[in-house]
Amino acid sequence: MAPKTIIEDNIDILVAGAGLGGTGAAFEARYWGQDKKIVIAEKANIDRSGAVAQGLYAINCYMGTRFGENNPEDHVRYARIDLMGMVREDLLFDMARHVDSTVHNFEKWGLPIMRDEDSGTYLREGRWQIMIHGESYKPIVAEAAKKSADKVFNRVCITHLLMDEAKDNRIAGAVGFNVRTGNFHVFKSKTVVCGAGGASNIFKPRSTGEGAGRVWYAPWSSGSAYALMINAGAKMTQMENRIVLARFKDGFGPVGAYFLHLKTYTQNGVGEEYESKWFPELTEMVGKEYLDTEASHLTHRPIPTCLRNHALINEVNAGRGPIHMVTMHSFQDPHLEEIGWHNFLGMTVSQAVLWAATDIDPKNENPELTTSEPYVMGSHATGCGAWCSGPEDVSPPEYQWGYNRMMTIEGLFGAGDAVGGTPHAFSSGSFTEGRLAAKAACKYIDDGKGENIKVTSATLEKLKKEIFKPMEHYKLYRNEIVAGSVNPHYHNPRQFLDRLQKLMDEYCAGLTVNYMTNEKLLNIGLKKLAIMEEDLEKIAAEDLHELLRAWEVKHRHRTSECVMQHTLFRKETRWPGYYYRGDVMKLDDENWHVLTVSRRDPETGQYTMEKAPLYHLEDVKVESVGEDEPVETVAAE
Amino acid sequence: MPTFVYMTRCNGCGNCVDICPSDIMHIDKTYRRAYNIEPSMCWECCACVKACPKNAIDVRGYADFAPLGHSVRVDRDEEKGVIAWRVKFRNGKKDVSLMAPITTVPWGSGQPELRDVPAPTQDQRDSQHLWSEPEMIRMDDGDVHTLKSNGLKMKLGVSY
Ligand SMILES: Cc1cc2nc3c(=O)[nH]c(=O)nc-3n(C[C@H](O)[C@H](O)[C@H](O)COP(=O)(O)OP(=O)(O)OC[C@H]3O[C@@H](n4cnc5c(N)ncnc54)[C@H](O)[C@@H]3O)c2cc1C
Ligand code: SF4
Ligand code: SF4
Repeated sequence: MAPKTIIEDNIDILVAGAGLGGTGAAFEARYWGQDKKIVIAEKANIDRSGAVAQGLYAINCYMGTRFGENNPEDHVRYARIDLMGMVREDLLFDMARHVDSTVHNFEKWGLPIMRDEDSGTYLREGRWQIMIHGESYKPIVAEAAKKSADKVFNRVCITHLLMDEAKDNRIAGAVGFNVRTGNFHVFKSKTVVCGAGGASNIFKPRSTGEGAGRVWYAPWSSGSAYALMINAGAKMTQMENRIVLARFKDGFGPVGAYFLHLKTYTQNGVGEEYESKWFPELTEMVGKEYLDTEASHLTHRPIPTCLRNHALINEVNAGRGPIHMVTMHSFQDPHLEEIGWHNFLGMTVSQAVLWAATDIDPKNENPELTTSEPYVMGSHATGCGAWCSGPEDVSPPEYQWGYNRMMTIEGLFGAGDAVGGTPHAFSSGSFTEGRLAAKAACKYIDDGKGENIKVTSATLEKLKKEIFKPMEHYKLYRNEIVAGSVNPHYHNPRQFLDRLQKLMDEYCAGLTVNYMTNEKLLNIGLKKLAIMEEDLEKIAAEDLHELLRAWEVKHRHRTSECVMQHTLFRKETRWPGYYYRGDVMKLDDENWHVLTVSRRDPETGQYTMEKAPLYHLEDVKVESVGEDEPVETVAAE
Repeated sequence: MPTFVYMTRCNGCGNCVDICPSDIMHIDKTYRRAYNIEPSMCWECCACVKACPKNAIDVRGYADFAPLGHSVRVDRDEEKGVIAWRVKFRNGKKDVSLMAPITTVPWGSGQPELRDVPAPTQDQRDSQHLWSEPEMIRMDDGDVHTLKSNGLKMKLGVSY
């Protein structure tokens, strides 16, 4: 049966992917655009889609200005330190100054936030994290989005963004297919908020076989946000800045609450503290500006996440593994023990299953920690994503060319993992970014910027053919073989995924090579990715489920290519513990205190790389010189 | 623990198919009951388990690292607003029961209809405010933070 074409026309705001960022956008758009047409297209079901599908036990980004706890600039400085300087401080400040209102709204909607009984403040896990009973976090925010949206298309996988054919470099909507019906869906829209999330499973995972789905970031995080934007020709930033997580072994259970709230700590296989002994060598690599253990000790300045990974990786390589999380002390307190279990059940059920299966009672035994394979996402301790315009009252000229959170394509906005340079946004910050993007998108429409978009039927026909080609290809060649999955004319999506993961692992600093790469390896990797792209024309899908997997692996492939290009471009080792450029093992501020920005030309497939200046938030010191002539000088921190 | 479905409990209602974020709970054509078609893409998020009206779905730890003989069961109730867990160890020595709230208001009643609230004024449109701001930021009269209000500026170059 030929796929039906279903056209949804005259949309004002299309939300492509409704996780935390997308639901925030759909919700807020209704306020600024009460008469506007708001539509959500989501590949799963928004009640349980995205990285928060199974819930969260903490909101990791909350200032608490209301309780006199932090100001937005404090959070910006923290993110800056953690990311070795490489952040978009305008966007971060903007997110941080609004994030509390998001959290206060969540509380009104019924999200159970724990309180400190004595002080009446929210119960803190750490300086930025508050504790919640968040099993239903996603359905609660989805409910808000559903109330605001005109229509929600669940199970529609977006494959391409649509570009306007009337005006250059302007968005016109998106296309995709319904994973259940096999219909071809066209969304013609004046603006698009891309919220399709980050990427797991592009590097070979630690888990194997049946357990391959046990990745830290959700296995359905297909890098679609990145691929959609890159393919449309949007500029990307910091795509080399992948993240490696130190987590409980095999289950990838969270450690934040364990470290911060339960006061557990790590030690090596022989029971010693091991981190500090790696710090002198690290200070040599990255400079005293980025790792000054004395200053850290005195001022409680945090040690960057990547550098702590570095210590763990090297300690294990030195033969003193495994690294243990010392839980035996804390867990003697029944209250803390209960929190420890809730923490897993609320956000990583598998860790509880694993301890039950292996009889690990953290009261009597210290569980193992290990580092994960790398992930490409932009809202945790990493800042991959699109190069976006910032708010007019904060951003310097290089960071501001239009509407807040608008990319380098007119009318295309983003939120959450999609937005580059904004680490440590987490769930609440991603939702907040969606709200900011939605307000800006409404303004764009009200200013008449989205009028008369044009998409020709020839374009749509071409895309439709491309989308369903994997199924056609399968039909064409399936019967040339008796049975099974080995066919000289095609690979199936799983086979391509394995190929991509192996390639990224070996050439782009994955886990089996101890996160190491160099210029030579990266160039070979790029060649192999190019050949893989040719082969991806011959991907075969047996059914609609496989068609979904086919588009996911295509999106992962494009994301990977961009990561490889960026890793090649930045000739330094900025984040030891995330990855190493073996040919340049030092951090180099003289040449690389910049943000990396790329653009892939959609016509030629060629990448252009550039360096963008880095701005930092500084305190303004007002010194009075003359009678009434205050002069602004910038104080050192 | 990828999921599996007990043959005698499943009635083929399709709730799990509707909710699985990974699109891997499908209805078997012969038995007209659900099963996990791609365990290696299961995150064990338990969305399907929580959505099953027949308690027909269970989880069995991933074969590549989880020994047999454990159990984690869950019961989520929107009306009562609670979720209950039971974790049983392989060696039978530990059996943990836990309960947590999932909402503090009647399910689905807290979220506003922004279509019906007073429309934003032009001033609000031109300001940095989002919906419910500035009140909802600090819960007092204070306004949204700006560079000026916080005594900040953006400076090019290194931060040290
Ligand atoms: C294990 C884990 C623990 C975490 N812990 C915390 C925590 O304690 N506190 C905290 O605040 N944050 C935490 N986070 C981070 C938080 O989940 C993310 O920061 C946030 O979800 C990112 O939002 P997003 O909208 O960018 O992506 P997501 O929420 O992942 O949403 C992406 C959406 O896009 C959809 N989509 C993808 N591709 C397509 C396509 N092609 N077409 C249509 N739709 C598509 C997806 O189905 C999904 O709905 C954690 C994340 C993980 C995985
Ligand atoms: S546990 Fe989650 S990923 Fe696995 S089948 Fe159920 S809903 Fe799908
Ligand atoms: S939700 Fe339960 S009863 Fe319904 S199809 Fe799935 S397994 Fe069967």
